[in-house]
Amino acid sequence: MSKQQNSVIQWFDDRFPLLSTWRAHLSEYYAPKNFNFWYYFGSLAVLVLVNQLITGIFLTMSYKPDASMAFASVEYIMRDVDYGWLIRYMHSTGASMFFVVVYLHMFRGMMYGSYRKPRELLWLIGMFIFFILMSLAFTGYILPWGQMSYWGAQVIVSMFGAIPYIGDTLSQMILGDFTLSDAALNRFFAYHVVTLPLLLLVLVFVHIVALHEVGSNNPDGIEIKSNLDSKTGTPVDGIPFHPYYSVKDIFGVVAFLIVFCGIIFFAPEFGGYFLEYNNFIPANTLQTPDHIAPVWYFTPYYSMLRAVTVNFLGIDAKLWGVILMAMAVVIFCFLPWLDRSPVKSIRYKGPYFKFALTLFVISFFVLGWLGTKAPTPLYTLLAQIFTVIYFAFFLLMPWYSKIDKTKPEPKRVTK
Amino acid sequence: MNSRRRFLVVTTSLAGGAACAGIATPFLLSMMPSERAKAAGAPVEVDISKLEPGMLLMVEWRGRVVWILRRTEEMLGTLKKLEDQLADPASDKDQQPTYAKNETRSIKPEILVVEGVCTHLGCSPVFRKDIAPADLGADWLGGFFCPCHGSKFDLAGRVYKSVPAPTNLAVPPHTYLSDNQLIIGSESKESV
Repeated sequence: MSKQQNSVIQWFDDRFPLLSTWRAHLSEYYAPKNFNFWYYFGSLAVLVLVNQLITGIFLTMSYKPDASMAFASVEYIMRDVDYGWLIRYMHSTGASMFFVVVYLHMFRGMMYGSYRKPRELLWLIGMFIFFILMSLAFTGYILPWGQMSYWGAQVIVSMFGAIPYIGDTLSQMILGDFTLSDAALNRFFAYHVVTLPLLLLVLVFVHIVALHEVGSNNPDGIEIKSNLDSKTGTPVDGIPFHPYYSVKDIFGVVAFLIVFCGIIFFAPEFGGYFLEYNNFIPANTLQTPDHIAPVWYFTPYYSMLRAVTVNFLGIDAKLWGVILMAMAVVIFCFLPWLDRSPVKSIRYKGPYFKFALTLFVISFFVLGWLGTKAPTPLYTLLAQIFTVIYFAFFLLMPWYSKIDKTKPEPKRVTK
Repeated sequence: MNSRRRFLVVTTSLAGGAACAGIATPFLLSMMPSERAKAAGAPVEVDISKLEPGMLLMVEWRGRVVWILRRTEEMLGTLKKLEDQLADPASDKDQQPTYAKNETRSIKPEILVVEGVCTHLGCSPVFRKDIAPADLGADWLGGFFCPCHGSKFDLAGRVYKSVPAPTNLAVPPHTYLSDNQLIIGSESKESV
């Protein structure tokens, strides 16, 4: 570094904590040296977030949040705006890829016990990010004002109507009208481009601050901070994030972008899973499409919503469906306290946990697949069975994680 | 903390809380349906003279779909047969005006006027008058099937048992101005 550069940095550093921030969060932030493939998805989520912000800003330049113009303005972006198709496909593919990387990021946490003490709050902040992300996906999907936008929104907003006593007023407050109309489209646009992205950015910032306070977990689930080098005071099993993991993450970014571009250029609709065919038909308030299903990332929860067909405990099936669907998402928040295992990582956990996690993953995929299908008696029965398995994974965890036969954790991280 | 300081902390917190609630009120109320939205909801008049037996007419009222179905004798005949499969065959739940709380859920037996909005989550069910189709089973005598979550209704809009929808389809306020002139959204005999 030249003397001049040094003095410029010095000028800023005297007025802003430039170098200390760089050191604390990058060049001297010690991360465990045994990160594997699963540790790409945190940084990839940040990459997708940036992609969504930038492409989203450019989309707002041509999009019109008006029920009579929205559908045509999306077609205008696709056909008449130079590279509009590319920007929109980057945004729509980005939405699905956001859920891919976030689901894998969450699964990583479940495998290696990253929600356990002292990372409970980190996990909860992450769950809030997930809720905001779901709200963003929902509000964004309404904007093209196609058939799926309209009827998907109709179903979701009607769920709030199922809440006793306040339901009707609440859904009128959400819609700004007695039915789903222009007023709702206009305000969902406001949520999608201002409120929710602001909240998301704040939460992502807080998530990273909390992570750097407690330090990253690792595939062995042991604390690298409990074994410090006597001379330097840094973790023996830790390496600085920059350059080691910044370089590793760049490799992950390149691999991810190959897949991402492949989808954008060759299969942007992804067989109807990323962009549903019915959404290429303008919203028709008089007719529901013959088959409606949400985008793939919501289908597991959608299956649970319609799995309840009987009234019990004095609550009707409709409200139970809504309660189950909400609980299916919220229940992740309790994981730090449901897991009673003496070890964190799946590497040292016993057969019960491995079996339970496998069943959970299977039920998540089966429910997701069922959610894309039209309901039949057989499919409804399957959805009921796998909903029970899904919840059993969480509710029985205090029991099976405690009696499970675990292996001893190592003192140092392994390969 | 001395009592004077405690008093000041409590009173300023309460005053601040009241101010927050006060300033939140206009923002929350601005989210309720506007005056324009409240005003849009006028009744609609429908001429049903061209409606053939067995045919369904869709009209829009207050942004939602209302179905008008002229039922045939056979269709009316199915209503009695299905009663043990229905959740509320006698229409006891308040989903219709009193003049439609009868066996056919209508003013004129053959004309069904009902909101085409599923009472589960607001999708619009599909009119399936075909008898015993493959997807709905051999006992299907015609009715309405909601594609979203599989709720089933008979030809009087009455909900089947063991489906997600909790109640029968709603019958909107309506009346006949003349034999073939129907008004939806109003019970007075005056034309709009």
